[in-house]
Amino acid sequence: MTGFSRRRFIAGAAGASAAIGMPQIAYGQAAARVVVIGGGFGGATTARFLKKASPQLNVTLVEPNRRFVTCPYSNLVIGGWRKLDQISFGYDRLAKAGIAVVHDTAAAIEHDRKRVRLAGGRMLPYDRLIVSPGIDLRWGAIAGYDEKAASLMPHAWKAGEQTLLLRRQLESMPDGGLFVMAAPANPFRCPPGPYERISMVASYLKQSKPRSKVLVLDAKENFSKQPLFQDAWAKLYPGMIEWVPVGKDGKVVKVDPKAKTVETEFGQVHKAAVANVIPPQFAGKIARDSGLADQSGWCPIDPTSFESRLVKGIHVVGDATIAAPMPKSGFAANSQGKVAAAAAVAMLQGKALGPIGMVNTCYSHVGKDYAISVANVFRVVPDRGLIEVPDSGGTSPRQWEDENRRLESVYADGWYASITGEMFG
Amino acid sequence: MKIHIIVAGIVALAVAPASAQTADVSILASTCSGCHGANADGSGGIPGLKGQQQAYIADQLKAFKGGSRPATVMNRLAKGYTDEEIAGLALHFSRLK
Repeated sequence: MTGFSRRRFIAGAAGASAAIGMPQIAYGQAAARVVVIGGGFGGATTARFLKKASPQLNVTLVEPNRRFVTCPYSNLVIGGWRKLDQISFGYDRLAKAGIAVVHDTAAAIEHDRKRVRLAGGRMLPYDRLIVSPGIDLRWGAIAGYDEKAASLMPHAWKAGEQTLLLRRQLESMPDGGLFVMAAPANPFRCPPGPYERISMVASYLKQSKPRSKVLVLDAKENFSKQPLFQDAWAKLYPGMIEWVPVGKDGKVVKVDPKAKTVETEFGQVHKAAVANVIPPQFAGKIARDSGLADQSGWCPIDPTSFESRLVKGIHVVGDATIAAPMPKSGFAANSQGKVAAAAAVAMLQGKALGPIGMVNTCYSHVGKDYAISVANVFRVVPDRGLIEVPDSGGTSPRQWEDENRRLESVYADGWYASITGEMFG
Repeated sequence: MKIHIIVAGIVALAVAPASAQTADVSILASTCSGCHGANADGSGGIPGLKGQQQAYIADQLKAFKGGSRPATVMNRLAKGYTDEEIAGLALHFSRLK
């Protein structure tokens, strides 16, 4: 820590900003330091909005990768609709916006000393810390499914090399082969993601390998936008996709990557040509190692600020949080990052933040000129916490004109351009 | 950028939350950019909001909310906004430059 007193700093900042009547922080000598760990949807948004709210703020973003590959739209790469380059983004524009981008891994959070230790050895002191760690896969939760197995049976649940691997396996799959997906129980990253992926895989197979079949083995009884997906599958890919819920022995408990077999709870063994195993997940390692996650493996937060309920002074955003009824989606992480940024700035100023409203809008492509969506409005209500506003939001209607499905595919592309542009453009 | 911040500040003051049920408009408005673009100037088929007439934005949001204007997604979202939030959003986007 530098020599200045935190109490004095907060009092001074609040006084100065009240005097000029603007939501900015004027510090005199030292600008407050905010460190953001993780440069995905939650972290990149938070960093950008911290800087927007308060240009003088000293914002450092810690992210090991030089390029970020979005999970949204990675299913389109698997389906052959987009190239990986088109969903990959660098951090140049964040640096241009005045954010110090450090390509290193956060090794530890020393919250008693208010600093982050990087794997490279550097220490980053902070006045407030925002952690957007994403998810880690629970290796071994499915017997035989570890990091090595993922090179034979890709999860492709973190976009990048895994996405390309699954695409290559699909391309070399023989016509008439069986594509098997193991889908996880709730909660997990991107609730409609597995089913958008199934749609993309089916669109590719229908065109290139029409005798092939798709089997979804699911560890749950129902899934996001289920009637809409199943209507689309029946219409666009009739007879190709079979979905097996947990109650019909859909839960995969064991895999043999070399034999390309997956085994369910009651001992059925399915031999796959291509197996896509999406295992159970939990909050990213830095959050679990730093006392930010509870026994569930996820991070409890106060929804008015996204400050951790377990460690004061640290905010957690994105898929790692327990923020139900908000889904673990890129849009939710983006909304949460905006709240966390506003909250961190307000707290540095010694001010309270106004009531919180947030939005989620999530599109899934299911075929050419055919997309479906879910939209939600959330607010934080005293005594009840984070709720979805009653009688609002919901999915696209089941009975709908083709033109509206087409429009949703256009809007989905517009959504993707907007949200990635806001973070990386 | 500067203008944006100042305007957000003015809007936050002008449309101070009437109750705990009405969200801070500057934060709520920031979530619109997830689809409508970082500067609210639209994207692909999604229309821009920046600099639209205040009354027009308010009327459209009310029409989405009430169901008189057909939509794919905005009707579902507008049903989640209070009348105060709609007024605040309309002022916010009409003042963006």
